[in-house]
Amino acid sequence: MLFVYSLFAIGLLALIFGLILGYAAVRFKVEADPLVDQIDKLLPQTQCGQCGYPGCKPYAEAIANGDDINKCPPGGEATVKNLADLMGVDPKPLDDSHAQEPIKKVAFIREDECIGCTKCIVACPVDAILGAAKHMHTVISDECTGCDLCVDPCPVDCIEMRPVEATAQSWRWDLNSIPVKQVS
Amino acid sequence: MESLLNRIKNQRWWDFPGGVHPPSRKDISNQGSIDNIALPELLHVSVKQHIGSEGKIKVEVGQRVLKGEALTHSANPFSVPVHAPTSGTIEAIDVHPSAHPSALPEMAVHIKPDGLGQWIDLKPMQDYQQQNKSKVVEAICKAGISGMGGAGFPTHIKVSPKKDVQFLIINGIECEPYITSDDRLMREYAWQIRQGIDVLQYLLNPKQVLIGIEDNKPEAAEAMRVACRDNEQYQICVVPTKYPAGGEKQLIQTLTGQEVPQNGLPVDIGVIMQNVGTCYAIADAIFSGKPLIQRVVTLTGEQFDAPQNVWAPIGTPISHLLAHAGYQPASTERLIMGGPMMGFALANDHIPVVKTTNCILAPSLSEMPLPPQKQACIRCSACADACPASLLPQQLLWYAKADDHEKAQEYNLFDCIECGACAYVCPSDIPLVHYYRTAKADIRSAQQEKIQADKARERFEARKARLERDQIEREEKHRQAAEARKQAMQADGSDAKAKIAAALARAKAKKAPSEDTSQTADEADNKKQQVADAIARAKAKRAAKQSDATIDKAQDGVSGDELSNADNATKPADAAPADVKKQQVAEAIARAKAKRTAKLAEESASESSEEESTPIAADSAQDDKKQQVAAAIARAKAKREAKLAEQQSAANDKAADNQQTDAEPAGASSADNSEPEYQQKKQRVAAAIAKAKAKKAAQQRAEKPQDGSESEAISEPEATSESLSSETDTPENEQQTAQDKKQRIAAAVAKAKARQQAKKDAQEDNS
Amino acid sequence: MSFKLASSPHQHSQRNTAQLMRLVIWCALPGLLVQSWLFGWGSLIHFALATVTAVVTEVIILEVRKRNFEVAIKDSSAILTALLLAVSIPPFAPWWISVIGAFFAIAIVKQLYGGLGFNLFNPAMAAYVVLLISFPVQMTAWLPPASIALHSADFLDSLSMIFTQYSREGYSLAQLQAGIDGHTMATPLDQLKTDLTLGMTYSESLNNAIFDNGLGIGWLWVNMAYLAGGLVLLKQKAINWHIPVSLLLSLAVMATLFHLVDGDRFASATFHLFSGGIMLGAFFIATDPVSAATTNKGRLIFGAAIGFWIYLIRIFGGYPDAIAFSVLIMNMAVPLIDYYFRPRTYGHGRSAR
Repeated sequence: MLFVYSLFAIGLLALIFGLILGYAAVRFKVEADPLVDQIDKLLPQTQCGQCGYPGCKPYAEAIANGDDINKCPPGGEATVKNLADLMGVDPKPLDDSHAQEPIKKVAFIREDECIGCTKCIVACPVDAILGAAKHMHTVISDECTGCDLCVDPCPVDCIEMRPVEATAQSWRWDLNSIPVKQVS
Repeated sequence: MESLLNRIKNQRWWDFPGGVHPPSRKDISNQGSIDNIALPELLHVSVKQHIGSEGKIKVEVGQRVLKGEALTHSANPFSVPVHAPTSGTIEAIDVHPSAHPSALPEMAVHIKPDGLGQWIDLKPMQDYQQQNKSKVVEAICKAGISGMGGAGFPTHIKVSPKKDVQFLIINGIECEPYITSDDRLMREYAWQIRQGIDVLQYLLNPKQVLIGIEDNKPEAAEAMRVACRDNEQYQICVVPTKYPAGGEKQLIQTLTGQEVPQNGLPVDIGVIMQNVGTCYAIADAIFSGKPLIQRVVTLTGEQFDAPQNVWAPIGTPISHLLAHAGYQPASTERLIMGGPMMGFALANDHIPVVKTTNCILAPSLSEMPLPPQKQACIRCSACADACPASLLPQQLLWYAKADDHEKAQEYNLFDCIECGACAYVCPSDIPLVHYYRTAKADIRSAQQEKIQADKARERFEARKARLERDQIEREEKHRQAAEARKQAMQADGSDAKAKIAAALARAKAKKAPSEDTSQTADEADNKKQQVADAIARAKAKRAAKQSDATIDKAQDGVSGDELSNADNATKPADAAPADVKKQQVAEAIARAKAKRTAKLAEESASESSEEESTPIAADSAQDDKKQQVAAAIARAKAKREAKLAEQQSAANDKAADNQQTDAEPAGASSADNSEPEYQQKKQRVAAAIAKAKAKKAAQQRAEKPQDGSESEAISEPEATSESLSSETDTPENEQQTAQDKKQRIAAAVAKAKARQQAKKDAQEDNS
Repeated sequence: MSFKLASSPHQHSQRNTAQLMRLVIWCALPGLLVQSWLFGWGSLIHFALATVTAVVTEVIILEVRKRNFEVAIKDSSAILTALLLAVSIPPFAPWWISVIGAFFAIAIVKQLYGGLGFNLFNPAMAAYVVLLISFPVQMTAWLPPASIALHSADFLDSLSMIFTQYSREGYSLAQLQAGIDGHTMATPLDQLKTDLTLGMTYSESLNNAIFDNGLGIGWLWVNMAYLAGGLVLLKQKAINWHIPVSLLLSLAVMATLFHLVDGDRFASATFHLFSGGIMLGAFFIATDPVSAATTNKGRLIFGAAIGFWIYLIRIFGGYPDAIAFSVLIMNMAVPLIDYYFRPRTYGHGRSAR
């Protein structure tokens, strides 16, 4: 008889907890972004293709499928760290082939040299180059991600990457960067 | 509300949390009256001296300007002009170290005074009470007045609020140690300040005007009391001395007991605050028409022989002020613009006085020792006790150091007013404020980057979608066109309509190329020149980069990209913003047509030459430069030609789509007819080239020999284009459908090979 | 011409960490002296031992960690730790007690967590607890006040006791512990606890020789000295009032409540406030900035909770006094307290419209 009671009690408990868990699963459901979107959000969106994929989203998909997280030079160590956090893996140093830390740059077209070949326009992943065939092109610098992709296609080498100039607004209070001796 | 007013009437002030009591040391500089100084040799008037955007410079180098003449004009509502502080000539308009902690160069107008001090025509507005408010506001804006207390917010924005104003607070607190410019101003020019307050009173119509003055400035308070005693609405509020009582938020809390909501403005709780210096400037602007061209600057600190207050013209270099007060700084000294708590160290003494410069502090080492080395935080929370915003500085420090931006913001980093009270009391001498500033700057730039990244993602995805859409459309058009042609061809001879259409099409097709040829010639010329230019550059480029290997690597991706993107080349207009798309599409069609005809001509020429050249390629490997150049052109053309068929079809499809019933159906149909043939040809050529190149690569030969005949070909576009157009009329659809698959596979293989190979020659190809 | 650059503020208050630490040491000295006056030289000798050990340990460990030890030594925090430890050790405990304690406090509790500012626990109290658990006999061998002790011990006696466990006359610790009536004396709290377990009532227990006017002889003065030092600290704004006040208040409230319910079994608030190391704990130990809560609201909670734990452990726990345990328990809760009891930032919440 005891056996039956205990069986009954345990069964009842199981039922109750099952109901609670079921309710909790419905009530406290976490709406999560799909993994790819989460990864994509962490990537710098330069669309530069330095990772070997044609853009950030494709790389995000590749990471979700198990590719390395250290192939994004524009994002630098910070992105690698964020990705490592998200993916639950150890952060690795940036891939050797592109280990330099990012300095934000934008493309600049020396306009008097431009022959209007449109090759850079085709190369630009974010449509940030404006121009038409046989007309001078120019970079919409606000939209430029500094991906570098337009530099090589240029047949006359009139595109260069210029570092974004620091302004008083974007200054990082780096007193060391002022070319004078700093105290303490 | 009434009780609030009563409490204010009875001078029972509220208290704000925290605060510190650093030695005020105002007696160093507040003894003598405000001095006038000689004009410096050169004035550097920064174009941007306030929060907001800078105005447009409207003067030129060499121009003579009069005292008070505007140097810039405001292009948008958030900018105020700057004015010439005296008459003289403009020496230069150039960058100059700015009065900013970074000392980053900013645009400035350099004026050489002529010593005459000749004013422009002043237009006072004595009768401002009869004037429309907007006119008065405009006058204030035109006078270039922005907040003179520190932040430099454009005053005309502040005095035209959208909400009702209950309290107008005049800030004469000057809680920073050492600074006495407002103190002296109130003592000596109380009546003018009062006049400025009158103007503000007229503009804002507040219930009450509160003039806040700290109790360590009894003379100033008395002067203001005398000046304001005839108006009951004006109340002098003497508040206990405590740093930072003069902070906007803190003064509002002290005087009204209210707090400005986070991310809000004082006007959200019905308060507007103006500095006494701003009031003085407003009075100057309205009653004498003078713009803001000078301000009171305190020169203080133990290094000065004669610490004092001076009227400094805006743009006066600091070195001039130092010399005036008898101080010759050595390069290891410290020089601070602003007070000891919130001022910033100057990088050099060329930096000019700007509208917000209230003090130049030159402390001796003994009065203001350099901060000792920072020690570990012992969590004593002295900083939290001193914080006027009730923040937790040590938690903020922790998160700021760890770059944990999210947490730092959760602990309200952005409510920090950077008053420096926390760092002042820190027993471990940790430069807390510095960490916060850095963290804030980082967070701001991260936010900016985030916005940009989102935009980039959007654009990237839009572009991808566009490419896909185009691809699908193109395929769809090809299919339809092919079917239409098939129908037209298989149609019964009695189908008159079809016949007529076909005839028409053919006729037009014939006509079109002949029309185009003239253009083509022009463009070919044009092109030739450009190509020549490009070649010249390319040569230089090649010379610079002798090493093949690196070039190979660099060019690898490029050529691949080009091949795959070739069909987009005709649509540059899509890169333009969407609102002009329609127009641009039309333009693009036109351009594409012109281009097509030009290319058709070249294509056939180079085609033949390519086919000729490939066998030769196998055995000859010459290094002659001239030939290389020629080869480069040839390759460029070959490549272009390879793309051409696709380009053409794309362009023509578009044309066909829009203009099937229009005047030029022939262009479409002829191109459509030509398409399969060209595809085949192109594929064959590509395959051939690819194979040849593969061979060569195997033999480690970098050069690709060509013969020079193509350059001639360029000059004969007429003939080729004619032959081309006749060719295009020949339908080869049967063959096309039959060999479709085979060809495509072949093409794919060829392309792949070509891509592999092209890296070596991409440089030349491109040129 | 270019000048030196520094971030604002350029002016700093003159008080630094080392001064703060030294101020606390000075304010604790009266208590130490009174303790030595009443219970013999032992505390001073232990203070010296602990200080030497603490400083040497700190230097060695900083050297190993390749840090600059000069700054760390100059800030006097190790001396303060040694002082707090020394006054909690029974005067005639063997020398190695304070050496082990000081070593543990500095090496394990402080430096292993990252040095000054990073230790989760109060080093002196953590060391005390370790000693108490490891060496219960030595750590509970308190002496009766000199005034009622059978044998008095001078300085040399004390030295001899600490290093050999026998006085120069050959008395053992147990003999020295004996009171005038020849019975072994314990601390008032011990005595009370033992008596209560023996079935005596609170008032009966107070008849014991170590009690005078319902308070332990001597301990009143020790606590008064620490109270005075603590008030100076408050006056100097070296510590905030929140922790001591809330601690004492919560202890008093607890004691009063229980005393009102059953006066026979539970001692009065006065007894609790002036027994053991309450004032030392309230003003010097619980207020240790590194391991205490950092917000004002948090400090109130922190102090009150310590008072609460002290009372609970004193009455229901196995140990007679409970400051160390209570402080350690609440040290653990500090991150939680700090997280949940933040001040309202200007412009946020309530009065912001």
